Amino acid sequence: MLLDHLPPLLPVVPLLAALLLPPVGAVRRGLVHPLAAGAGAATAILALLALRRVLAEGVIHYHVGGWEPPWGIELVLDHLSAFTAVAVSGVGALALLYAGPAAGAEVRGREASFFGLALLLLASLLGMIVTGDLFNLFVFLEVASISSYALVATGDGRAPLAAFRYIVLGTVGASLYLLGVGHLYLMTGTLNMADLADRLPALASSRVLAVAVGFLVIGLGIKMGLFPLHGWLPDAYTYAPPAVTALIAPIATKAAAYALARILFSVLGVHRALTEVPLMTLLAWAGAVAIVAGGVLAIRQNDLRRLLAYSSVSQMGYIVLGIGLANRPALIGAYLHILNHAMMKGCLFFAAGAAAARLGGPALADLRWMHRRMPLTTACVIVAALSMIGVPPTGGFFSKWYLLVGAVEGGQPVLAGVILVGGLLAAVYMFRVLEHACLVRREEGDHGPAPPSGRSEASPGMLVPLLALGLGILAVGIWNAPIVSGVLRFAAPAGLR
Amino acid sequence: MTELLAYAAARYNYWVYILLMLIGFYAMVAHGNLLKKVIGMNIFQTAIILFFLSTSAKRGGTLPIVGPEALAGGVAPAQLMNPLPHALMLTAIVVMVATLGVALAVLVKIYRRYRSFEEDVILDRL
Repeated sequence: MLLDHLPPLLPVVPLLAALLLPPVGAVRRGLVHPLAAGAGAATAILALLALRRVLAEGVIHYHVGGWEPPWGIELVLDHLSAFTAVAVSGVGALALLYAGPAAGAEVRGREASFFGLALLLLASLLGMIVTGDLFNLFVFLEVASISSYALVATGDGRAPLAAFRYIVLGTVGASLYLLGVGHLYLMTGTLNMADLADRLPALASSRVLAVAVGFLVIGLGIKMGLFPLHGWLPDAYTYAPPAVTALIAPIATKAAAYALARILFSVLGVHRALTEVPLMTLLAWAGAVAIVAGGVLAIRQNDLRRLLAYSSVSQMGYIVLGIGLANRPALIGAYLHILNHAMMKGCLFFAAGAAAARLGGPALADLRWMHRRMPLTTACVIVAALSMIGVPPTGGFFSKWYLLVGAVEGGQPVLAGVILVGGLLAAVYMFRVLEHACLVRREEGDHGPAPPSGRSEASPGMLVPLLALGLGILAVGIWNAPIVSGVLRFAAPAGLR
Repeated sequence: MTELLAYAAARYNYWVYILLMLIGFYAMVAHGNLLKKVIGMNIFQTAIILFFLSTSAKRGGTLPIVGPEALAGGVAPAQLMNPLPHALMLTAIVVMVATLGVALAVLVKIYRRYRSFEEDVILDRL
């Protein structure tokens, strides 16, 4: 039956659709976007089916081509990978739906290659999530990066320069990752994650292992935009076309964060030798620095997209902090934040694109009268902002709550304080957005635009995915208990406090 | 001291790859010319590919092609080079070529707009 092949289907469905798009686009250009959105939706449904099956039957191991691991490539769907696949493919499908009406003049006439690249990105991110092989992960990581480079470069103005910077830094990241994989391969002679996990404990005190881990962490740190390795991120998110940012920003860095957690816990098993490895403490503090630095930098921005980009740096810090704390509640918080941040950043970038299309510019000052002209969009921004700050009942509150519990249980009061300060910083930068969107009044001698009379919401094609994410943020908050007790409880590695 | 030197000399392939990597990294960081940055990036990636390939070599080793005579006499793995790094690097080279292609395409786009590859000239014309 087809569903016995769920793990490879997750990357293969969007990949096949990506290959189908150019011939379809040559015949009927109007079919390109429906086909791409349909492939995204099909992938999201497959991911949900995969999660349901993992919950019912346990971990799925799939041997590609019938070759037994460690010789063949193994695909693994466990609670963590199925959960991340649902988060990435769900938000990715909505971003593909949104990208149709949002794609501007720079894409006109080239829809087939644009959506082909977008589906290729989705396919490779899912490949990164389901694979059980370190080298296979490298290949998918690079396919994802190369399609992101090309997507960012489709923009006008400074976009190609931003893309170039992204290419150089991203390639260094990927090369360092490959070097780390090479060291692990030379030590053990295997690339299969489960096989490595069996062999590495015997080499725990090796200096080569420490070097390999350093390469892997820095390589993936560049890919996920971990401060201070985030140099490519603000420009790429700011100058890429809105439809591209809406696709890349929510999901691309999450897959790298997932890969980091997967390697640290499933391959290296750091939680088993936690006391001897200062790496995790370093990671936790790097996350803390990212939270504060990203937040402070976000406050200073006057361009909405740039503000959101630095906010991404800050929010990725939460995920890394949770991974670094490496206890059960902190990891649950980090994994939940992968979903929450994908949803709220998707929601905000969707809204930013819609506002730029309707109100005329990406600057905060252009958001004036947004609450009158685009009430539904503004409502979604408010929900996402509350989630970013961490106000119940939005999803963001619960991931930060678990992180906070993890920091306290881990005996790290300073890190707990940083989590709270990060929420405060998020409040400042998100309130700056809301101030411009909702509160700026017309004063004496003001020559700004008059309060508009009518509404001008974005087209339904943009509004529906936006509302879906806005409601989704609330839904994850309200039903966080079943998500945590049903899925994420099993995602944290066994034998953890 | 001589022991240390012998130790270092016995692993000269690692020194070569580290040197190449640093040359590539230096070109990426220090050069203001975007095209030279791409060349540096390529050297950086090539260094890692050479690192992988050099680890598969064996003194007196031969190609890992197993013919009918091996079936009679059995295969002696110690005399065959490790084929796996070669297979991996074939994939990595494809990845590298794709990255290079995208980088050059982006450079064409940058050049059409700013008429220069020099970073400071481009920054002036922003």
